[in-house]
Amino acid sequence: MNSSEPSDISFGVPSTTDTAGPVDSTGAGHIPSLHRQMGLDDNEFAAIRAILGRDPNHLELAMYAVMWSEHCSYKSSRLHLRRLPSEGKRVIVGPGENAGVLDVGDGIAIAVRIESHNHPSAIEPYQGAATGVGGILRDIFTMGARPIAVMDSLYFGPLDNPRNRWVMEGVVGGISGYGNSVGVPTVGGELSFASCYEGNPLVNVLCLGVLPVERLVLGRASGVGNLAVLMGSRTGRDGIGGVSVLASAGFKGDSGGGGPEARAEDSKRPSVQVGDPFEEKRLIEACLEILDAGLAVGLQDLGGAGLACATSETAARAGMGMDVDVSAVPLRESNMEPYEVMTSESQERMLAIVEPEKLSALEEVCRRWEVHSSVVGRVVPPDQDGIGYLRVRYGWKGQVLAEIPAASLSQSAPCYARPIQPPAKVKSLAVFQTEKTKQTSSTGAKRSSRVASSSSVYSSDLLRLIAEAGDPEWVYSQYDHQLFLNTVVGPGDDATLLRLAAPGIPWKGSAVALSVDGNPRWCALDPRAGTAATVAESVLNVACVGGRPIGLVNCLNFGNPEHPEVMWQLSEAIDGMAEACRAFDLPVVGGNVSLYNESSGIDIMPTPVIGVVGLVDQVAKRPPGARLLAGSVLLMLGTPQDQLEGSRWATELHPTQGTGMAGDTALFSLDMGRVVGLARFVAELVAEQVAQSTTEPVVTGIHDVSAGGLGVCLAEMAMRSSTGAVVNGISGHEELFSEAPCRVVLGISPSAVSQVVARAVAQGIQVTELGVARGDRLVIEKLVDLDIEELLAARKEPLALAFAH
Amino acid sequence: MVARIGVVVFPGSNCEHDVLLALGSLGARAELVWHTSQSLAGLDAVILPGGFAHGDYLRPGAIARFSPVMAGVGAMARSGKPVVGICNGFQILTEAGLLPGALQKNRGMRFICKTVQLEVSSTLSVLTKGLKRGQRLQIPINHFEGNYTCDARTLCELEEEDRVILRYVDNPNGAMGDIAGICNRAGNVVGLMPHPERSMDELSGSKDGAFLMGSLLSCIDQLELG
Repeated sequence: MNSSEPSDISFGVPSTTDTAGPVDSTGAGHIPSLHRQMGLDDNEFAAIRAILGRDPNHLELAMYAVMWSEHCSYKSSRLHLRRLPSEGKRVIVGPGENAGVLDVGDGIAIAVRIESHNHPSAIEPYQGAATGVGGILRDIFTMGARPIAVMDSLYFGPLDNPRNRWVMEGVVGGISGYGNSVGVPTVGGELSFASCYEGNPLVNVLCLGVLPVERLVLGRASGVGNLAVLMGSRTGRDGIGGVSVLASAGFKGDSGGGGPEARAEDSKRPSVQVGDPFEEKRLIEACLEILDAGLAVGLQDLGGAGLACATSETAARAGMGMDVDVSAVPLRESNMEPYEVMTSESQERMLAIVEPEKLSALEEVCRRWEVHSSVVGRVVPPDQDGIGYLRVRYGWKGQVLAEIPAASLSQSAPCYARPIQPPAKVKSLAVFQTEKTKQTSSTGAKRSSRVASSSSVYSSDLLRLIAEAGDPEWVYSQYDHQLFLNTVVGPGDDATLLRLAAPGIPWKGSAVALSVDGNPRWCALDPRAGTAATVAESVLNVACVGGRPIGLVNCLNFGNPEHPEVMWQLSEAIDGMAEACRAFDLPVVGGNVSLYNESSGIDIMPTPVIGVVGLVDQVAKRPPGARLLAGSVLLMLGTPQDQLEGSRWATELHPTQGTGMAGDTALFSLDMGRVVGLARFVAELVAEQVAQSTTEPVVTGIHDVSAGGLGVCLAEMAMRSSTGAVVNGISGHEELFSEAPCRVVLGISPSAVSQVVARAVAQGIQVTELGVARGDRLVIEKLVDLDIEELLAARKEPLALAFAH
Repeated sequence: MVARIGVVVFPGSNCEHDVLLALGSLGARAELVWHTSQSLAGLDAVILPGGFAHGDYLRPGAIARFSPVMAGVGAMARSGKPVVGICNGFQILTEAGLLPGALQKNRGMRFICKTVQLEVSSTLSVLTKGLKRGQRLQIPINHFEGNYTCDARTLCELEEEDRVILRYVDNPNGAMGDIAGICNRAGNVVGLMPHPERSMDELSGSKDGAFLMGSLLSCIDQLELG
């Protein structure tokens, strides 16, 4: 009776009945410390006893442990997330369902969601990232939408550490291997490096799907007597405790050194799931065919917390109960315990709620797609008090192994107002004295010979910023980014632009713009203003391809919520996002919170990743893109900036020596009203142009100013088009490298300049003439003079060398 | 009578809808054919689209060659009707022995998705009949196993018989002889790694794929008339 090893006891039908409660499948009573091993604290255990009016048995406890984990229950963040605006005229489904759904007209809707797979990717990069893609796809097609696009935000530790190279190569390989094979294009994303991600990389995956509105289906187990059909892979022991043991705790051990001692994380490897994109591909096709034929009343993916989550959530949403026959679940391994079956996170599984008379038709579709299906549950009515119970049985008439109010697993999960404490001093990543750094040439860090040969400090700083950003093409050329023929603007530009179409949903001329953005440097300095600025940047990105924003999703990557400073960062970031969303009239339609991103006791920089979806009504021509066309006049729209706080230049090239602490540094200030006006103007200008296939383009190139400032903005435009520019009137570092996201550089056809300037000025937008595009050098007078080949080499070399085989 | 073109769908195929769209944009009539179909009677041409048939398990095309539909594909090839394999379809045609050689993993051991420049090096095939030798085309590739290889004698035959239809201008994957596409002796069975269906209009960046698809449709029409 005292054994604490449930695996010692083989699975079998208990022989005794217990009228006081379900029998304990382990044969053991509750072991006092068991709930703690499962990640529940004593108060949470007491709450479970209060709900049940008795001790939970092992199976019940296991289900509460996964469902009440940070990952599933958002217990530390829920209180704060309520402050985000989530309503808008296009919102069909807001936060809380598997994905947000927005009406885009003509009977068509889009479903969008973003999710993190940080901890699995830290431990097993390829499978961690691959299953991150698989999981987010299921969130989309479970709503009845065809997934048409994936985007990734990737944050790694510096590549001079071989382990970080191993992580990055595995993550990119996993996204490529799974995404390409499953047949959903990966159309964009972002790539970033900083030492805080050593040992805890961030892998955030966004997915967008398209659906006819009438195919929308929710994860609801309605209709007494309806059947719960488990489709897809067999259930194995992979991923047990993934959400609790792995996703809801930090990494304590040695994380980056790759020392000889066994890494603590290695013991968590069995909690990472293994993906099979071919199974998922068939599952997508089968599910969409089932929904098209009206064969299911509800559909729910199995992700974190597996069957326990899918059965209880579908029942709870419908106010029903569900009986689950654990013996009917097809297994990969023999002798699996019921708690393993109920909490396994085996990938590529879906739960359909089906009327009994439609079962055979559903099974026929599954057979055709070679998808396994089994009836594992039945919808049962709630009891006389209106409480729907999740009953786990062994055989339909067999013993009740668990009996839990279904809603208690999700809706009664704890919600914590954790202590919040602003740090005494903002940990400065960007403190510097302008006077001092002006005179100091960048020294110390390793640098390629090309950089060293450059004549001016401005040029060499620019080359370093280009080099250290990494070459996104190295990443996205490994992803299919064209499938479905929707990609009008692919990865590598400000935002992706996709025709709004999918197999079975013909294109009618409109397009959807997508951008994912994060900026931990800004958020570390001021999580509130930094997050607001991140939203602004994402909206400006979408505007640069002509999109007006219609919805936002977010993935909040933060450190340990038990640290009051981290909770302060989270709370501030949410308020900053809320403020920006109100300014842009942008509803938050979904989000994900990833906490405990830490290693060796050090929290990551606060990294809220923002995904903005925009709409362009009519696309007949490609947007100009971040390019330079020789002869074009270069204008900068928006107020010139000179604050370097939080910039890459200050953070990466000129970090303060010593403590790195300061209290008197503030992030740049952003006049959100002006950014709203700028984004609207830019989106209109580009949208007008792309709507016409025949007219001569007014805008010949466009790029927003963000990470790396105006210098990097111009360099990126030059590299993309192999055309140079001559720019004047930039006074120094401040104007060259300030990052405040409130400016857009435009190349304008000479004959249209006065007209564009007049329109901008009429809307209160400041216009600065920068110069002209020409030649094959980027010349910023008195500061920078670089050959484009030199820039391209700086960009390509670091990743090419890091991953040379 | 309008020609009927079948586009085969294996479990794991993913470019079938794109091929339908591309053919549709040129006014052709195309339909999906499930991989268990025993007969392709009534079809004037068949296309094996890109993707990961049967998950590319074992190796690309190794399982797909055993799908029931391949008997009909072989019969069409022998009867002189156009059979075109794009990307994974090319891999399947080599596994099925309908085209010589094999596609191995890319030099550099990474998946590559990008637009490449191709040169038409033969107009023997149904896909290139309407083009000019030496003509340059911008068309995307999207593969991990696109590195064409064959034995020396086969390569010699391919060259002598003018059966290398497309070559990479800047070889992206290590393919022998810069080969991007080949055909059989009669020119009716064609395999190519690039995806012409992905470059059918200016919005996608290039419309050069329409030359290849257009050539195929003209050949089908002529065969029908003949």
